[in-house]
Amino acid sequence: MRHTPSICGFAFAEWLVISLLYTDSVLTDEPAQSLRIEILNEGGFRSDGRRQYELREIAFDSSPQAGADGSARISHGLTEVLVSVFGPREARVRAQTLHDRAAIHVEVNIAPFSTGDRRRRGRGDKRVQELAAMIKATFEPVVQTGLYPRSQIDIFVHVLQQDGGVLPAAINATTVALINAGVPLADYVCAITGGVHAAAPMLDLTALEESDLPHVTVASMPRSGRLTLVSMETRLHVDRFEEILRLAGEAGTVIHTEMHAVVRQRTKGLLDGISTGLRASKPAEDAMVEDE
Amino acid sequence: MRPPSPSIPEKDFFFAALDQDVRLDGRGFLEPRSLDLSFGAELGHVECSLGKTRVLAHVDAKMVRPEPQRPFEGLISIHCELSPMAGAEYEPGRSSEEETALARHLDKIFRRSDAIDREALCVLTGERVWHLRLSVHVLSAASSSSSSDAAAAAGGGGGLLDCASLACAAALRHFRRPEVEVHGTGEVTVYAPEARAPVPLALHHTPFCVSFAGRSSLKVRMLLDPAGLELRLAHGVLVLALTAQRELAVVHKAGGLPLAPETLIGAVEIAARRARELETWLDVHVRDDWARKNVEVR
Repeated sequence: MRHTPSICGFAFAEWLVISLLYTDSVLTDEPAQSLRIEILNEGGFRSDGRRQYELREIAFDSSPQAGADGSARISHGLTEVLVSVFGPREARVRAQTLHDRAAIHVEVNIAPFSTGDRRRRGRGDKRVQELAAMIKATFEPVVQTGLYPRSQIDIFVHVLQQDGGVLPAAINATTVALINAGVPLADYVCAITGGVHAAAPMLDLTALEESDLPHVTVASMPRSGRLTLVSMETRLHVDRFEEILRLAGEAGTVIHTEMHAVVRQRTKGLLDGISTGLRASKPAEDAMVEDE
Repeated sequence: MRPPSPSIPEKDFFFAALDQDVRLDGRGFLEPRSLDLSFGAELGHVECSLGKTRVLAHVDAKMVRPEPQRPFEGLISIHCELSPMAGAEYEPGRSSEEETALARHLDKIFRRSDAIDREALCVLTGERVWHLRLSVHVLSAASSSSSSDAAAAAGGGGGLLDCASLACAAALRHFRRPEVEVHGTGEVTVYAPEARAPVPLALHHTPFCVSFAGRSSLKVRMLLDPAGLELRLAHGVLVLALTAQRELAVVHKAGGLPLAPETLIGAVEIAARRARELETWLDVHVRDDWARKNVEVR
């Protein structure tokens, strides 16, 4: 996974300008027309210098928010999403409690500065609600809600920057945030978008590509290889769809290793903290024993 | 008022029957319920029934000024209504979760997949375009409250979305807009159907919605066209919309039972076959009705 600007500076700059002019994303209702940009050129490069199956750089920040039980910030190319998880805790609204499992509550907030058109989207916005419903539905079968009856797990998703793949970025960040919060999960959930340009499948689309191509969002569970979310809204041939599904599954395993490394690193940090704490408290205990 | 959730014996019986490859209404696993289509006197007025679910779809066209940022494109709006007539669990006035889900899915199937050629609805650039209004009224949706969003979308009465999308497809095929003529001065004449034969809509493709219900068990099998109780007890619902040309327009599988990719691809194949059947079925019905209308072209 390479970062884009280093590959070809000019193409990137041009692409950036155009994507700022015609900023479009999953969250705009009408796709914008791309003008002079070739989605995939003859050399097999995409508008930002990536190859067909190349993913953008993915980086996680494991604990950006101290107040939350678990939080994660993902920067996936130019898309940036912050997720904070609270709970499992006692449900705020009595009417929403479920007697046999925890209720998952997802709230999505899209910063007005996250796109070029600076559009304010409140909680009542249809697409925001849909995004929240998709995230909720994705995690409901994965989170072991049965362990926490009558409680609630709150997931707050803040979209800080949008450049395509907002839903998969939010899902990936939510997985890490839930793990950080210590919520038991059946498996990781790894999400990615895939699209097809003139019979050539591509992975991890930018906003520019998303507005032009039929695309699929796939969330897979890497260990069982099963899919928790498959969502597509644009027309695509069945044969192409199968290909994209297979590729997205493979990309899922790549993202899984990335996420797993982040989780391990954080856990190692916590363990180190505990062991230094223990070592520091050891002499004090000994001293206490001597006192007796 | 929500109907009570299914009782434990009901649930056990349902799953025990499924284990013996029997569905509650005696259908095969991949056997849909019976379909019926009837056309009203007006063009674009269609009533479709799937089992006990009945949906009425109506298309009308009005001439309006286009949006300034899209002067070449006509407008399409989809309205859904799930009134207490459809079932005791729906309340009047307030739009229920099912209603929103239905409207959203129909929007995805017909508007976002570009099924209707919007530029063909343009009469005079920047001045006059057709505004298509597709209104969907659910007449009957046998009771079932569904817990998940996907199940709600797939239909309260079982196959609500399938039935509604079929009604919409039929209405769009059946509808004809009045012929117009643009004079050099920018004047537009709209001809009455008696004066000039009305024109059918330019449709790029017709997506058909097919839904499946799945359950978690050792042998995972998908049930085509799940009915009320099957939908409520299902562990996962998959909604596909695709054309007879094997093009997927919508795939919606959010939550519920995680699916293996092979199962999903298998379901897509089954749905593709079903879409082809529906296409010919719809074609025959629309053509029959048109022949019966006996419109004379002068």
